[in-house]
Amino acid sequence: MAKLTIPAEELMYPGHAACPGCAPALTMRLLLKALGPRTVVSIPACCWTVIATSYPTTALGVAVLDNPIEATGASVSGLRAAADALGLKDVNVVGFAGDGGTADIGLQALSGMLERRTNAIFVMYDNEGYMNTGVQRSGATPLGAWTTTTPVGGSSGGKPEPKKDIMGIVLAHHPIYAATLNPSFPEDFVRKAEKARSLAGPRFLHALTPCPPGWKYSSEETIRLGRLATDSGIFPLFEVENGIYRITRKGGALKPVDEYLRAQGRFRHLGDDDVRRIQEDVRFRWERLLRLEAESANLVNPGSLRFPGPWIGERAGITGTLEADG
Amino acid sequence: MSRIVISGNYAQSYAALLAKVQVISAYPITPQTSIVEKLADFVASGELPAQYVQVESEHSALQVCISAAALGARTYTATSSQGLLLMHELLHWASGMRAPIVMGVVNRAVAPPWSLGADHTDTMAQRDTGWIQFYAESNQEVLDTVLEAYRLAEDPAVRLPAMITEDAFYLSHTVEPVDVPASEVVDRFLPPRDARAVLHPGTVARLGSFTGPDHYVEFRREVARAMEHVPETFETVEAEYERATGRSHGGPMPTYRADDADAVLVTMGTATTTARGVVDELRSEGKKVGLAKLRLFRPFPTPAVRDLAATVDRLGVMDRSYTFGAAGAAATEVAAALYGASHRPTVSSFFSGIGGRDVTPSEVRRMFAALLAGEPSEIRWIDLEEQEAKADG
Repeated sequence: MAKLTIPAEELMYPGHAACPGCAPALTMRLLLKALGPRTVVSIPACCWTVIATSYPTTALGVAVLDNPIEATGASVSGLRAAADALGLKDVNVVGFAGDGGTADIGLQALSGMLERRTNAIFVMYDNEGYMNTGVQRSGATPLGAWTTTTPVGGSSGGKPEPKKDIMGIVLAHHPIYAATLNPSFPEDFVRKAEKARSLAGPRFLHALTPCPPGWKYSSEETIRLGRLATDSGIFPLFEVENGIYRITRKGGALKPVDEYLRAQGRFRHLGDDDVRRIQEDVRFRWERLLRLEAESANLVNPGSLRFPGPWIGERAGITGTLEADG
Repeated sequence: MSRIVISGNYAQSYAALLAKVQVISAYPITPQTSIVEKLADFVASGELPAQYVQVESEHSALQVCISAAALGARTYTATSSQGLLLMHELLHWASGMRAPIVMGVVNRAVAPPWSLGADHTDTMAQRDTGWIQFYAESNQEVLDTVLEAYRLAEDPAVRLPAMITEDAFYLSHTVEPVDVPASEVVDRFLPPRDARAVLHPGTVARLGSFTGPDHYVEFRREVARAMEHVPETFETVEAEYERATGRSHGGPMPTYRADDADAVLVTMGTATTTARGVVDELRSEGKKVGLAKLRLFRPFPTPAVRDLAATVDRLGVMDRSYTFGAAGAAATEVAAALYGASHRPTVSSFFSGIGGRDVTPSEVRRMFAALLAGEPSEIRWIDLEEQEAKADG
């Protein structure tokens, strides 16, 4: 009998306020299974503000701190600083933000958190738009997608710009660990979250989270759509540890993007030429990723870029966690 | 205790050191920066075993403090002008989260046009954010008030953030002798933060939840109630501070030679020192004038203002900021405090020292002259009147 790799403990309770088929809900559930109860989650304004239910109830079995939409990166730095100052050990500090709160309005604080090497996990659950406010486009909305602010009709044919490469932006900060997550592949998801938990330093997890009302598909299709996103190369599963790339799911030849796109109402208006362009872009990015994996496989990164700095004198009393400790 | 010669900014830094703050986060802005530079030295030398979080904006600096305070840490930050304006959203978060953060603010004019000069527009624009506001007159008062503010902010009946402001350059970059209390004395006055009402990792709790109309108003009422507890709590805190150090700065609105005065000028911050000198001069000339210093602006000391007004017929209020489309913030609030009082003096509104212009004895004399002459109370830009008078030679 196969070994069960997903922890049985549930830290997300029934009675939450997510829509049926909500992948962000599944993402939180799997993440907390991997991280365990000694976790503090900082949540900005996003779908999860509502999913966690309203006062005086909570849908989560961990400590939760709310913060304004643009400040999650700073919030996790504050939580970690306090945990270190107060001597609180074995605490997972987590920021859990949507794509807007990560890659748009939250980008500055995220960059700050990564640059100052905060010992925390930042999770971007990416439903590719401002879904909590009723489906507006974000920087993470893909090319061609319909949203309420990128309508279809007249002079507009969906979002005219491509999706922001948030992993590229994050990796330019050289985090200790960054990975893509897909709740449609729970074993891979939990393994990466557990790996992130085992490391110290800035860690970033990018989860693709299909959204039935925002992407215009029927809620029972969430898992299938998620699998298609990865198996067609639109959302490859990979991890980068200390600069070394590793693709964690290679299923042979990529499926055509057509099936993924056609399953969603937000892409219904795309013509064959549009789909062909998207297919070419996906193939280009997949081949680039394969090359990055091959090139970095033979490299050895000695570790963190942060100065431990013992030669600048005894830093008595300072309890800041060095990444090397992890 | 030791007496050292330091700037108002260093008075902030020494107070944070003595308060044994655990988390500091800040972003540079003139003329605040030397506060956090000094704190960086204290941390680097090991004198202050704090976590110093270097951030990419003032917005993030305050969020770091809010989140650190949520876990129970004692926190400090400092800013000025544009930086304070950028923090505005988070000022509301801090009070709503009941985070007892103490922040130093160097009062600096707001752009455009760019100016580094002293001006209270930055903090006056934060009157409605649920922060306790102190305005300091001297470097000694800065240091003492920061220490008092920690006790006040962390008091279980209060649990609100507090800002201690100082005028740009007049205090921030001017050195004065300051008595620094011994660490043991401060430790007895200000024990480590009692962090019961905080998030504990490993427990099920949520701070900052979503609410509907069925709970939101109750949360707001709790913040209001906390503000209502400030005056009596501060009275106790200042009495204890006086017992510990021998120093008091006279409560929320100390007065000077106001008991039998025909006219009293209400001032804030460093202009008070100049005005006090003018009061002495005018008194020696036989004119019955006095002074009141608005030290605590939030919560507004309405009882103290009414007590003062009971014996005075003419009040002037000097504002170092202008509220466009209305009047001076302090003048408006003084007048509002008097509505319904049994004895109501006239209230004149004077603008002086805007954008770092010097508040000279001559300007203060101009204000008292208007009050004593019983001139009708209208809004007067004293800086400009003085300029015109000079031009007329």
